[in-house]
Amino acid sequence: MLEVKDLVVAYGRVNAVKGITFEVGKGEIVTLLGTNGAGKSTTLRSISGLLKPVSGEIWFEGERLDGIAAHKVVERGIAQSPEGRRLFRQMTVEDNLKLGAYSRKDSSGVKSDMDRVYDLFPVLGERRTEAAGLFSGGEQQMLAIGRAMMSRPKLLMLDEPSMGLSPIMTQTIMRTIRELQADGVTILLVEQNAQAALSLADKGYVLEVGQIMFSDSGRNLLGDDRVRRTYLGAD
Amino acid sequence: MELFFQQLINGLSLGALYALIAVGYTVVYGIVQLINFAHGEIFMVGAFGAFGTWMILGQPKDWSVAASLFILLPLMLLGGIVTSVAVALLTERFAYRPLRNAPRLAPLITAIGVSVFLQEFVRLFYGRIPGFPDAKSAIAFPAIPGISGESIQVGGVLIQMPAVFTIGALAVSTVFLWYFVNRTKTGRAMIATSQDADTARLMGIDVDKVIVAAFGVGAGLAAIAGVAHGLSYGNIDFRMGFLAGLKAFTAAVLGGIGNINGAVVGGLVLGIVEAMATTFIPGQFGSSAWKDVWAFVLLILVLVFRPQGLLGAKVVDRA
Repeated sequence: MLEVKDLVVAYGRVNAVKGITFEVGKGEIVTLLGTNGAGKSTTLRSISGLLKPVSGEIWFEGERLDGIAAHKVVERGIAQSPEGRRLFRQMTVEDNLKLGAYSRKDSSGVKSDMDRVYDLFPVLGERRTEAAGLFSGGEQQMLAIGRAMMSRPKLLMLDEPSMGLSPIMTQTIMRTIRELQADGVTILLVEQNAQAALSLADKGYVLEVGQIMFSDSGRNLLGDDRVRRTYLGAD
Repeated sequence: MELFFQQLINGLSLGALYALIAVGYTVVYGIVQLINFAHGEIFMVGAFGAFGTWMILGQPKDWSVAASLFILLPLMLLGGIVTSVAVALLTERFAYRPLRNAPRLAPLITAIGVSVFLQEFVRLFYGRIPGFPDAKSAIAFPAIPGISGESIQVGGVLIQMPAVFTIGALAVSTVFLWYFVNRTKTGRAMIATSQDADTARLMGIDVDKVIVAAFGVGAGLAAIAGVAHGLSYGNIDFRMGFLAGLKAFTAAVLGGIGNINGAVVGGLVLGIVEAMATTFIPGQFGSSAWKDVWAFVLLILVLVFRPQGLLGAKVVDRA
């Protein structure tokens, strides 16, 4: 579904992503693991069209994606819940969700998708007219994911959804991701919380300083010594 | 007391003019963080556009009041708005957009260049349009029956009809703006972009279009102000955008730049302060030569004691 080939992305003269290649199959949950500065968010921002790659190719459903403006990437069916959630904090929950559906023309579908988000996260439905900035970190994360779902994406990219969340809240979010997959959404998940991400993922790629070091199935990576040492705190 | 109310009306009228222009500064700043110093010239061009429309209509002088108010004036407003919007969009497309990712100083200097360019362009070329008067000095703005030279008496206060037009234009424009920003999809996209442009892109918002809309809305209001200026002062001039633009920019900062309501409030406050200062400050300090001084003293005071502006600037807040 999504293919990234030899992607190189730079900030000024510094290459943040140094030629990575990976693939996300339809209906899969794929995770990119790595520490700060490994190039995970840069990769997502390039796929979304916020950053222009120096070289390499991004293909989505057989069409070339790199070089396309960000708002058109959304129309192609890719949504991103960005790192740090980036909600419109002074706007209400409902307005945030409406903006998530900005690219859509079918207002009845938008309405029913909004109800679906409220079903998934009842707290958002109960407080839909409150400003997004007033919510707790976990609730904001729910809203960020809900907002990304509002474009009804084929591929949903989540950038560190567990950041700053309690273990229980992280579990809730991970369960939601599983439910979204069951609904047929393909998911590209960027995480530092390797334990949580790998127990969900069909496939994982481990990034270090802009390069993919190795990849395997989620289950195998959970048992991998290198992963356990670096990301799971095992000796 | 009558003098006070008289000056209040004068101040409101002047302030409404500032406010109409100030919205353009604040909307564009809120979205691209550019102080568009050429915006005063967009106001000037609007006045010339309206004047040009009157020329093209055959310089009608003896239309009835009703025909003037309901046909001539709307056509002149439309002509002004079309001219201003077209010029503003051209400057955005060819002067500012290529510098979108350049250091902030580059578009700022460019804006000053655009400002000089537009002034000189009008000065040198307006008179070249066949039948049009030379614009190297002030041109008399056409009198609109029913407005120009008319006034109404309310108690002891004499309200000039051009003042009524200006204040009314601001009121209507403010309602329109409120509706546009809060109730239309493009308006919501504009707010979203001003809060966080990258995230707005992730929502599928075409930020380039939003920027065009911001320039367009600001230019439209500036053109209305251009007509109001022509009606109030009876003439237009290629330099008229300089001081009016500077004052309107002051008004935008006064209200909190990036904040649309702030631009309206800032404009009105600035106009009222100027009008009051020339009346109630005794001696030479209250002379009209000092009114600009008081306007900028007010700006300095606000910047010292309330740097975010009266209503507070847009706060960029990212978790």
